[in-house]
Amino acid sequence: MLETSKANGQNFTGSVRLIHAVGMHARPAVKLTKLAKKFKAHISIRASDAAEWTNAKSVAKVMALRAARDSIIEIKASGEDAEAAVAALVNLVATDFPESSP
Amino acid sequence: MQTHSIGLAYRGKTASIGLARGPFVRVDAAPNGKRASGTREDEKLAFRAALDSAGRQIVLLADSADDQAAQILEFQVAFLEDEYFLDPIYAVIHAGAAADTAWSAALDEQIAIYNSAPNEYLRARSSDLADVRDRVLRILRDGVTQVPKVPDGAIVCADDLPPSRFLEIDWSNGGGVALLRGSPTSHVALLARARGVPMVVQLGAVAETAQTALLDGERATLELDPGVDQVQAFARRQQAHRKNRTAAHAILRRPAPFWEGEKIRLLINIQRVEDLEHDHAQFADGIGLMRTEFLLGKDGHMPDEEAQYLAYDAVLRWAGNRPVTIRTFDAGGDKPVPGFTEEGEVNPFLGVRGLRLCLARPDIFSVQLRALARAALHRNLKVMFPMVTNPEELEAARNLFADKVARLQAEGILAKLPELGIMVEVPAAALTIERFGASFFSVGSNDLVQYVTACDRTNGALAQLSDPLHPAVLELIRRVADHGRRSGISVSLCGEMAGDPRCISALLSCGLRELSVNPSALAQVKRTIEGLSRGGPRE
Repeated sequence: MLETSKANGQNFTGSVRLIHAVGMHARPAVKLTKLAKKFKAHISIRASDAAEWTNAKSVAKVMALRAARDSIIEIKASGEDAEAAVAALVNLVATDFPESSP
Repeated sequence: MQTHSIGLAYRGKTASIGLARGPFVRVDAAPNGKRASGTREDEKLAFRAALDSAGRQIVLLADSADDQAAQILEFQVAFLEDEYFLDPIYAVIHAGAAADTAWSAALDEQIAIYNSAPNEYLRARSSDLADVRDRVLRILRDGVTQVPKVPDGAIVCADDLPPSRFLEIDWSNGGGVALLRGSPTSHVALLARARGVPMVVQLGAVAETAQTALLDGERATLELDPGVDQVQAFARRQQAHRKNRTAAHAILRRPAPFWEGEKIRLLINIQRVEDLEHDHAQFADGIGLMRTEFLLGKDGHMPDEEAQYLAYDAVLRWAGNRPVTIRTFDAGGDKPVPGFTEEGEVNPFLGVRGLRLCLARPDIFSVQLRALARAALHRNLKVMFPMVTNPEELEAARNLFADKVARLQAEGILAKLPELGIMVEVPAAALTIERFGASFFSVGSNDLVQYVTACDRTNGALAQLSDPLHPAVLELIRRVADHGRRSGISVSLCGEMAGDPRCISALLSCGLRELSVNPSALAQVKRTIEGLSRGGPRE
């Protein structure tokens, strides 16, 4: 469950299954936003069942997704390093937020 | 009877034993200082300064926090640094709102979202947000830029207490915690027990103000503005408790206690090698439970054989001739380990955990077994498997172990198969204990109580039902002890029950003669048994 694709000229998207036992809880949310902030791209995130995209650089918003275990996390980015951003974030979720990650 | 003024008395539940007398301090009152708001620019600057100051306070706390508390503090700091969350608040302030009003409204909105969350984990985070909300408000309204000072030795009362508030209080001069709600299984209760701070929870409604308070962690009582009689009675109990503590070493030096003519062996549980530094550890009859989960790396890397061997070797050497029971990895359930435990289990407590997980992951288990097989040259090693349901699991583990021993020997490395036993924590195992070909049994009462009463022990709402003294629990313990006695197999108990003074006579009555407790509980448990055997009730 890991894919990234070039949706159009500027946008890159990816989706990944959230395998963390308690879903997107505090530590994963902090890790995800810290990693997202390393990129210049505008990055959005949503959980599979939501219609709205939300800012992946905001810990408040990422926690408020209330993404449960096994939900599909979608990531969308635009900007100069968008492709790398999507790949990095998808990898972070796919590898279950390893301790050595930022 | 003389008529003295009698203060208010409340009864709750024990979360941490001990007695404390001191000024009564409510710490959960909403920050209520009035704040004169300034110009828009003043408000923005005040807000920025308050966020910075709150962030610094929290970072300081993280130094003294354990891993779980550190995660929560890290989350709070991330919130304070979340520009995408803060920008709209700045915008509201720019539009003319006072900094405290704007902040409070934004946080309340977040807290409401968490409170309505479907899972308990997220609901619990609402109190972490309320904590950070109030921290910033105290700075804005009350000008508290230092960590708020609680007077020395205070009885700190709150509805509930977030770990961050507990950590910022200086407990070195005594004091205690009285919570209106809370739970003995909460994270802050663990912190209190670890630091020896008395704590009573679930007191219900308590008066808002009082001058002094008496907190008795044993009786689970809180008395406010006590009368002379109350103070005297409390002082006697406190004196007795203090004497007990100072007498701890004397107690520990005495010969083993007896119960109905039989010697009681008291062992210790350790989580990591450093726990042996506790100054009471040397008095133990051995190590009844060495947990090994600490060896499972935080970074997702599994420990290599050598690192494990060195840890086991250090503990076995420390113990000398005394027995050391090392439990193989007990991951899963409430102890997820990235890269090891199963992901996506609907009910991890009934899932692939303990020995089930180890048998499913021979790659990781084999490394541990090799390290243990080498350490087994110390003759005092016993190895125990957790979460065993059927004898076939024990035999599968034994076969794997024997295979590792044979391979090591083939490689020219000295190795040996140690004595193998099981934890008895699954009711099915307790009910059919005679089917297991184990060299010893150790009752894991925490999980046993949980599985027998069908109560999640971390769920405060079930605290009443989750009773270690439930007759069904005692019946199973008796069954295992009886079997051990008949067949000459040693049976010990290593859960929280062993260290709980209320449970000890019941455990001895069930036939247990070996208890394994945290080093800090050793003296208390020994004294409790001495009290029973000298004149206490016998059945």
